Amino acid sequence: MTTREMGHDAAPRVSFFNDPVIRGIIYQIVVAVILVGFIVWIVGNTAANLAAQNKTTGFDFLWKTAGFDISFSLLPWSRGSYYWEAFLVGLLNTLLVAFIGIVCATVLGFTIGIARLSSNFIVSRLATVYVEIIRNIPLLLQLFFWYFAVLKAMPAVRESIALPLDSFINQRGIFVPRPIPDEQFGFVWIGLALAILGVVALRHWAKKRLEATGQRFPVFLTSLAILFGVTGLFFVVSGASVTFEPPVLERFNFKGGLALPPEFVALAFGLTIYTAAFIAETVRGGIQSVNRGQTEAAQSLGLKENDRLRLVIVPQAMRVIIPPLTSQYLNLTKNSSLGAAIGYPELVNVFAGTALNQTGRAIECIAITMLVYLCFSLLTSAIMNWYNARVKLVER
Amino acid sequence: MTDIGFVRSELVTARPAPVRTTGAIAWAQKNLFATPLDTVLTILGLLFLAWIIPPLYGFFFGNAVGPNGTVEQCRMENAGACWAYIAAEMEFFIYGFYDIPEQWRPNIVFALGAILLVPLLIPKAPFKRTNAVLFIVVYPILSYFLLAGGVFGLKVIPTEKWGGLLVTLIISVIGITLSFPLGVILALGRQSQLPIIKTVCVGFIELIRAVPLITILFMASIMLPLFMPQGMTVDKFLRAIVGVTLFTSAYMAEVVRGGLQAIPRGQYEAASALGLGYWKRMWFIILPQALKHVIPGIVNNFISLFKDTSLVYIVGMKDLLEAVKTKNDTALEWQSANTATTGYIFAAMVFWVFCFGMSRYSMYMERRLNTGYKR
Repeated sequence: MTTREMGHDAAPRVSFFNDPVIRGIIYQIVVAVILVGFIVWIVGNTAANLAAQNKTTGFDFLWKTAGFDISFSLLPWSRGSYYWEAFLVGLLNTLLVAFIGIVCATVLGFTIGIARLSSNFIVSRLATVYVEIIRNIPLLLQLFFWYFAVLKAMPAVRESIALPLDSFINQRGIFVPRPIPDEQFGFVWIGLALAILGVVALRHWAKKRLEATGQRFPVFLTSLAILFGVTGLFFVVSGASVTFEPPVLERFNFKGGLALPPEFVALAFGLTIYTAAFIAETVRGGIQSVNRGQTEAAQSLGLKENDRLRLVIVPQAMRVIIPPLTSQYLNLTKNSSLGAAIGYPELVNVFAGTALNQTGRAIECIAITMLVYLCFSLLTSAIMNWYNARVKLVER
Repeated sequence: MTDIGFVRSELVTARPAPVRTTGAIAWAQKNLFATPLDTVLTILGLLFLAWIIPPLYGFFFGNAVGPNGTVEQCRMENAGACWAYIAAEMEFFIYGFYDIPEQWRPNIVFALGAILLVPLLIPKAPFKRTNAVLFIVVYPILSYFLLAGGVFGLKVIPTEKWGGLLVTLIISVIGITLSFPLGVILALGRQSQLPIIKTVCVGFIELIRAVPLITILFMASIMLPLFMPQGMTVDKFLRAIVGVTLFTSAYMAEVVRGGLQAIPRGQYEAASALGLGYWKRMWFIILPQALKHVIPGIVNNFISLFKDTSLVYIVGMKDLLEAVKTKNDTALEWQSANTATTGYIFAAMVFWVFCFGMSRYSMYMERRLNTGYKR
């Protein structure tokens, strides 16, 4: 046989510019040159503009005194504090409202998501109406509504509306009693920590026993009993007590108690309501994603309703729910920057707003602010990647 | 021989009629009172409705002051929504500070947009390609010159005067038409084999997606002037569009990437085997399939963009929400207990109608193309 060898050594003849490898290199060089040129152009312009405005750059302003007021701060704040302290105050305020929003939105969102799947007509319709209304209205508009139309329209301090448990609501926010634990209260925390350890150990033991003997142990109820029992025991034995300092109306404002400013309440409330609608959709999608066959298979294995949910449906639904849920949490954190529009002193408001205007260091302030959000985002995606790798379906 | 052991000697008693499965009562039994818990929930739900509907009805209709009402009526003790305020300020909510004698120009833009958009949305309407080119290329340019003026003897109206719903719609339409192709290019770049292009795209997408829109608009508003050569100013309107477009394109890129990844490798290989080059492969084979897959995601992005236009107040544009807020805060002649509430409810209704319309249309398209992710 004398067929011609079609060997690999005879590389196809391609003209120089049609070779994909060479083309790729040329494209990349073009992109790189344009990008670098663009950056050089911007940096040059910025330097020229800054020089023309006699502005200096650098991060030294962080160690200068800020000299402005912040209406709501978790850290001690005075006009004499430094700019880096302002940064921390803003960051903490962002984290505070994000944390509260995430907790509340999760609870509300799961409730509404499950309600949407309810076989009860009225319940599922109410949930649908909620989701469709809230999702289609901009968050900023909702914040304005809660802040300007609801909270700012509350009566003045003198005519405060009294709520149960010694709380009051008026134009200046919500006033609730402040819990004051005494010195012995530390023991209660120790008791709680011990109880949590005990619960973890109990779960471990119950699982081992189930695997070894097949006997079930009512873990959930026992855990509850341990948590409340041990903590309560420490509370009683140590003689700890909590006193509540109620807010008292004085001449111009309430004294004592815990004051929640209207900006904070509106932002936390708005974020919760808005994000809950999205979480509800996530939850609904996740539960619906579990094939009916899974329920039927679990039934045919003889699992009871509770076990079916706990062992078969929920773990599979969670695999679908958790990734979008996390990105909703991240969205909520990013959306908390809208607090700047209603005057809640969070990061953007304090640092990219007031501090920037006072120092004129636009590039530095915005870069730091963006960097913080970038860190949140990277952290979230790192956790997500870890989780996804852990729950990934292992196929043949 | 047959051996019959048992012969029935009397009739079998009739079985009860089957439980009705149709009709109102059966429906109520199944959907409202299936279990005791269901009954409790139904009763609670009905109580909730009974608690919330009468005051809402009173606010919106019963005690509301109609469009022809006066401010005195709005200030009465138990007055509901003050629609008279909306009717009186409607012009500002739609056009902002746009010169009143020139308002026919935005009206033409609105009408033209509707005339071009409606046939584009109806699947059976002919001339799709021409229509699309007119809407995406010709319409924005024409609208700009019509609104800004300065040609054909039209009076120049600076963008600072544009406002209200006009700005909201313009920014969304331009944002949508620009961010979509940009997002597709970024998504293709992210899938690219070329390391530099891939890095640039990934970096851009991840950076933009990590930060809130508000900081990007801050940047557009404060830093864009610094980036430009001295003496060159960037129009506020342009700043808003740049900020919104860059932001949305990053999200769009991620949606499109999802579609690209859903296309089996075989499609890429088959297209290559036919001898198609990269762009032809993408344009004729991959993108049509990939984009069809992700229509819901794309429309969701459009909805987010539409809602996000409410943030352009940061660069100083008066969009619908900002126009309403401005009037709420400054229209002293309309001040009453419910003025601000009514204003915000009106803005919410406008936003809701647009967003809900978009989401319903996307569901209709999804059913039509049957591409939704059915799990």
